[in-house]
Amino acid sequence: MIEVRDLVVRFGDAPPAVAGVSFAVETGETFGLVGESGCGKSTVLRALAGLNTDYGGEVRLDGTVLPPHRPRGFFKRVQMVFQDPYGSLHPRQTIQAQLLEPLRNQGMTPPADAVGAALDSVGLPRTAAFRYPHQLSGGQRQRVAIARALMLQPEVLLLDEPTSALDVSVQAEILNLLMDLRAQRGLTYILVSHDLAVVAHMCHRIAVMQGGRIVDGFDAATLRAGTPTHPYTQELLAASEAYGEAPAG
Amino acid sequence: MSNPLIEVRNLGIAFGRGAAAVPVVRGVSFALGREKLGIVGESGAGKSTVGRALMRLLPPAARVTADRMAFRDTDLLAASERQMMELRGRRMGLILQDPKYSLNPVVPVGEQIAEAWRLHHKGPAREARERTLAILEAVKIRDPARVARLYPHEISGGMGQRVMIAMMLIAGPDVVIADEPTSALDVTVRLEVLHLLDELIESRGLGLILISHDLNLVRRFCDRVVIMYAGRVMEILPAADLERAEHPYTRGLLASLPSIHRAQDRLPVLRRDPAWLAGAGGTP
Repeated sequence: MIEVRDLVVRFGDAPPAVAGVSFAVETGETFGLVGESGCGKSTVLRALAGLNTDYGGEVRLDGTVLPPHRPRGFFKRVQMVFQDPYGSLHPRQTIQAQLLEPLRNQGMTPPADAVGAALDSVGLPRTAAFRYPHQLSGGQRQRVAIARALMLQPEVLLLDEPTSALDVSVQAEILNLLMDLRAQRGLTYILVSHDLAVVAHMCHRIAVMQGGRIVDGFDAATLRAGTPTHPYTQELLAASEAYGEAPAG
Repeated sequence: MSNPLIEVRNLGIAFGRGAAAVPVVRGVSFALGREKLGIVGESGAGKSTVGRALMRLLPPAARVTADRMAFRDTDLLAASERQMMELRGRRMGLILQDPKYSLNPVVPVGEQIAEAWRLHHKGPAREARERTLAILEAVKIRDPARVARLYPHEISGGMGQRVMIAMMLIAGPDVVIADEPTSALDVTVRLEVLHLLDELIESRGLGLILISHDLNLVRRFCDRVVIMYAGRVMEILPAADLERAEHPYTRGLLASLPSIHRAQDRLPVLRRDPAWLAGAGGTP
């Protein structure tokens, strides 16, 4: 479905933020990118989404190389959900206006029940359409952000730390919602996170990034068993376990 | 607990006056000895508000009431602002979440640490400088002389948090209140900072109140845990017994954490029960 080859992103004269990243994601798969701050995981996602057009290498969608300036039709197929639902929604537009914006950008006439159906699909009451973001909780806002990303019925969602700004009980609700939507619509996800537990829970395959490169890759079962071999992955796993849950077994 | 460092009985905090007053903390009681006490809860549970009330750092609109709120023999409700000035920093230290916002961006970190010492001790500038370098070494910063000259934007998040810890320790407090001290840090750095904090607390025999939203962190790091929900204490229990917690809120929180090692189709979702708000809360 999506293929990334030798992706390089530079900011100024500094060493490249992403230094040659390649991976491929199948239809219906959830692919996780994990790493610590500054490893380049979000930069990869932003380049994929077309938010950063100044990259080297290739991004293919269904085998076709995408131009760095993404054509309008691209956004009908690929949408992004950002980390911070406080920052990613317009503070002075109603939820309804924000949900309709993707349709308007595509020059489409919204179907009569578009907003209501979108709110239903993410488990929000229909009255939320007339609210402003500040009238909603963090979890509700992230639901709105997900509903907005789904307005164009995309096939791929790019998820950048979708729950790291939320409380654990709300995180559980949003992760469940994302899993339900994946099952209902056959969505493909690329999930960026610093949290190994979230990635192990959601993803089929996982790549570990460090210093702008993918240093390790494995499937979810390997992560659950605690058997990735790369020293950096071991270090991450040990750190998550040392202060978090007990090791496997 | 005999002779606690901090004792809080039936603490209530409300914002605003009269009929418009919004209660945010109700009936909170606990005591802190020379131990590590965690206060856990979700956003809005009132955990940071309790921490700030202890330091008397709440804005004037906050109404604080309690049967007792004391640091050793000092009644924190009745203490004058002058008395509080002597307590804050000198006897009770506060570490905040994000060094990026808590440090002065235009003053080298060494000077900021020295300032914390000079505020509480009379002494020559030379001694302040020597103590600064010594405390930077104590928080395991290599080449303290060089780091002391750096500005906050020139140091990493982990180093910034060490500087914050150094700044707080240099005054020699008995009690440390750490409000989400590692939430802004990466997991590997977080661990280093926690180990450091642990070591310093143990070696100096301090009492620590660790305020966090992170159950896992508190479970591993603290001796006892206070679970807060909607401004009330749900239960207080030894951290080692958290797995066997009985309160449905605590159990719900624990269950909603995704696991690295366990595959699950869905995460159990917390069902909030209005009855939790009716109970008076835990025992100290």
